Amino acid sequence: MEAIHLATINQALQDSEIKHFTFANPPEELTLESGEKLGPITLAYETYGELNAQKSNAILVLHALSGDAHAGGADGWWDSLIGPGKGLDTNKYFVICSNVIGGCQGSIGPSSINPKTCKPYGADFPLITVGDMVNAQARLIDHLGIEKLLAVIGGSMGGMQALQWMVSYPERIRSAIPIATTLKHTPQQIAFNEVGRQAIMADPDWKKGHYYGSTVPAKGLAVARMIGHITYMSDASMAEKFGRRLREDKEPFKFGAEFEVEGYLHYRGDNFVKRFDANSYLYITKAIDYFNILNGKNLANIFSGLKAKVLVISFKSDWLYPSYQSQEIVKACKLAGVDTTYCEINSTYGHDAFLLETEQETQLIKHFLNTASNAHNGVKQ
Amino acid sequence: MKQATIKTEHKIILNWINKDASVLDLGCGDGELLALLINEKQAQVQGIELSETAIHRCVAQGLSVFQQDIDTGLSEYADNSFDYVILNQTLQQVKKPDFALKEALRVGKKVIVGFPNFVQASARLQIFFKGKVPVTKALPYEWYDTPNLHFLGIADFKEYCKKRNIQIENSAFIRKNSRVKLFPNLFAEIGLFVCSKQVSYQKKPALQ
Repeated sequence: MEAIHLATINQALQDSEIKHFTFANPPEELTLESGEKLGPITLAYETYGELNAQKSNAILVLHALSGDAHAGGADGWWDSLIGPGKGLDTNKYFVICSNVIGGCQGSIGPSSINPKTCKPYGADFPLITVGDMVNAQARLIDHLGIEKLLAVIGGSMGGMQALQWMVSYPERIRSAIPIATTLKHTPQQIAFNEVGRQAIMADPDWKKGHYYGSTVPAKGLAVARMIGHITYMSDASMAEKFGRRLREDKEPFKFGAEFEVEGYLHYRGDNFVKRFDANSYLYITKAIDYFNILNGKNLANIFSGLKAKVLVISFKSDWLYPSYQSQEIVKACKLAGVDTTYCEINSTYGHDAFLLETEQETQLIKHFLNTASNAHNGVKQ
Repeated sequence: MKQATIKTEHKIILNWINKDASVLDLGCGDGELLALLINEKQAQVQGIELSETAIHRCVAQGLSVFQQDIDTGLSEYADNSFDYVILNQTLQQVKKPDFALKEALRVGKKVIVGFPNFVQASARLQIFFKGKVPVTKALPYEWYDTPNLHFLGIADFKEYCKKRNIQIENSAFIRKNSRVKLFPNLFAEIGLFVCSKQVSYQKKPALQ
């Protein structure tokens, strides 16, 4: 009884409260990759575990398209990976997760107030890139007094940010774990995002992005999310989850959601609208569509000089970010002589696997981080 | 890892490899040999392995390994990028051994090849007297569950090297954990070779 009680208290202590960091106050605004200036910038972030005296045990967790700063603790989107004794062991490591700029969960984004107009930015918010997201994170890391991160880790768009760290701040990371991601968005990936964006912009409530204070473009955003969810699953995982089963509470309408899979997509879409801003969806999908870490450089040079260790993970049934894209990352690392490990996890969950196959990921990540952290402390394997 | 537990074939391979050498192990399995190379030879090692479970075991030992099918080639490595490439108990399991060895010889200055000798005496006896496909210590699989796709003997490999202009620099043969000195093609369970590209001797241009 007592043990359980203590465990609960410990868990509660580990759970982080959301914190905010504001920087780039005018006239020292952050210059975005587009050349536009943005400031002041607020980042929402959470931390788990304790930063050690040498400040050498910090891990930055990078979220995907619809994620937020609440990665660990109850209802955290990567709770199965973050916590005492877990893959990102908060007894050993200081874990940080921040909401990206352009987001809508406490960090600056299109729904934030534009200081110049005292109204929400809406579509006047500047276009942002994955590079901008990472530049903002670097400022947060400065603020926390951390010179070098033990690791940056993330899946999907989080993986793109990890790759961006490898290129933008190679000297500030000791290891990187890009999961289920790509060096650049492909036409297929852009196409799916474009359908989502069109759904939002076709909603009459979108009003060219200036809908704050009135009805939000809920239908459009829900459809965008439904398309997203299809691409996150696999043929096999959908068949297993829904089959051709019919809903018990089907609506008395010819084209109502009859099949369970339809009901699920509706549920997912409607739920998403409650927590996500349609304009953020537009801005963030644009940022990942523009993502191309090569940016004119060739594969062999992109990571040259990188001293960090890299662990690349992909999933067999992920058709949105297929394994060949992770193998391209591995190839670029090998060509640059970067100390790299690659594993393709056998999973039927599709792209969602990076959030679901945490048992397999834990095994790899735990040992990899051990090696990375021992290498720093001079411990011989 | 204690010296006593090191397999004979691993001991021989370790002896062939210089200190601080760079080594690529193709089909590195659980990473047993890679770990030995790091500990005993301070080698710079990389491993390639197809099995996901084996990759997990390698990572658990702190090794850097890639999950990859050797049959797709080693195009991301430049010529002579390793001092040694190891194909130990791998060559007979790949789809295209000719291609795998060619790629290994391209990216490695030297290639160490180890394989089970299919024509070893007990195998010959089983074929002759039982009239069945042999199951031996070095070839412990039944015909229906063997990972081996190609069956070769020591004489076959030597002949192959001659045909392909591959130079055999050194060799060792093992039976019951000890070295075989005589008639290896008949007695050895395992053959180990150090191979390199044949240096083609060009006539020096006559001094003018």
